[in-house]
Amino acid sequence: MNVDLSRRGFLKLSGAGVAATSLGALGFGEAEAAEAAHVRAFKLTTTTETRNTCTYCSVACGIIIYSKGDVRDGNADIVHIEGDVDHPTNRGTLCPKGAALKSYVKSETRLTQPMLRAAGSSKFEPITWDAALDKIARAMKDDRDANFITHNDAGVPVNRWTTTGFLAASATTNETAWATTKVVKALGIAGFDNQARV
Amino acid sequence: MTTAPEPLTAASNPPVEPLESNLLPSDVIRRSATTDLPEPTRQLTKVAKLIDVSRCIGCKACQSACIEWNDTHPAIEENVGSYTNPHDLTPEMFTLMRFTEWENPETNNLEWLIRKDGCMHCEDPGCLKACPAPGAIVQYSNGIVDFIHENCIGCGYCISGCPFDIPRISKVTNVAYKCTLCVDRVAVGQGPACAKACPTECITFGPKEEMQAFAEERIAELKTRGFENAGLYDPQGVGGTHVMYVLQHADKPEIYADLPADPRISPVVEAWKGVTKTVGLAAIGVMAVGAALHGFFGRPNEVTGRDREEAQRLVDEERP
Repeated sequence: MNVDLSRRGFLKLSGAGVAATSLGALGFGEAEAAEAAHVRAFKLTTTTETRNTCTYCSVACGIIIYSKGDVRDGNADIVHIEGDVDHPTNRGTLCPKGAALKSYVKSETRLTQPMLRAAGSSKFEPITWDAALDKIARAMKDDRDANFITHNDAGVPVNRWTTTGFLAASATTNETAWATTKVVKALGIAGFDNQARV
Repeated sequence: MTTAPEPLTAASNPPVEPLESNLLPSDVIRRSATTDLPEPTRQLTKVAKLIDVSRCIGCKACQSACIEWNDTHPAIEENVGSYTNPHDLTPEMFTLMRFTEWENPETNNLEWLIRKDGCMHCEDPGCLKACPAPGAIVQYSNGIVDFIHENCIGCGYCISGCPFDIPRISKVTNVAYKCTLCVDRVAVGQGPACAKACPTECITFGPKEEMQAFAEERIAELKTRGFENAGLYDPQGVGGTHVMYVLQHADKPEIYADLPADPRISPVVEAWKGVTKTVGLAAIGVMAVGAALHGFFGRPNEVTGRDREEAQRLVDEERP
């Protein structure tokens, strides 16, 4: 593009530019710039609150899950999770793991269904809950039948099954924890721990 | 729609019903590169976040809560032998636990000093003073200094203006980011996400006067435990701050990962945005007046008849 601009025209134009920017600097340019302050919109407005217990450890902190959409349509999307001030355990506070719960829920590597890596296979494949529980029960029964110890070296009767360990979940109430312990100890499992310590 | 109340504490569950923001455009008391702001019609209660360094266990729940609330995604980095993670504030990490191992020469004890670094929300904000983009940085009458990213030009002057080296420019969006004191939560009567999450009450939030009174209690308690120099960090060189620290060793703040003992806005920024700007604008004004006067009174050079004759004579003489 060729612009036909004389020396005089060029000087006039640059002069006008300097004058305009100087006027702005001297305080005449604010008339239209005085716009509203932008505070980010509060992202929890009109979300659904759901009370829950943090899954991470046995402290069992109370949390509130904020979601958009209706869970009955299968469309609920979690937008935020934070501590529940009304909960007696944590009174709204959370640890770094609990404070990052939303990222845990949304993690790409999160396990959402039982997976089985069959003997000899190199990859995990999904199986149903029923199939998974049957398989676990079968394996436990076989192992217990083969390795259960009824008497110790001194001949005292014991209830001891040392070849299988049990890892319990942590987001439980006292009652669930009591029931879990009863079942596991009744089976004789010695290696019993809580995932909060993992 | 009811107006949200002013925030009193961080320990409350956020509302989900729509509320009118308690921060209005008229509550802006300072705006970058703007001189003619309308006088605010009301004064909001000054708020403050108090960080009691002696109570911090370094768990980083504040960092997690900050990431979750502000929807940032800090990159995963390498461990270089410190718990400080990431290694520095980033455009995606507005607050950072800085870990310092300090050997107390008086007691020979190793003290693990953990300071939550982030924007101090100065009463006299250097970032705002240095910023050349109109409206990119604002200060509300409750003390919060916030970046308005739409107006940011990414020049980085706020970093040179900041006495605490806090803002960071994103290489992706080319605008500056820092802690907002969760201004969107404060606007609906809530406290910052970090203060709510903190499991040891190291971080508390509320009206600044209450936070100062609470700090005094904590300092008295620390003194009974042998920390004779315990004190409040509310530096007056920047007019006081809206994020304050209770320090066990308030006489030497620099041991807490180089917390400045007497932070001030850089004299370069003060001079450039203060006297130089005034003098410069005055010079422009004088030039404009001078040019106008010259335009009115100065006349173009007239070519007289004698000039013309003289010129003709010169031309004639050159011709053979």
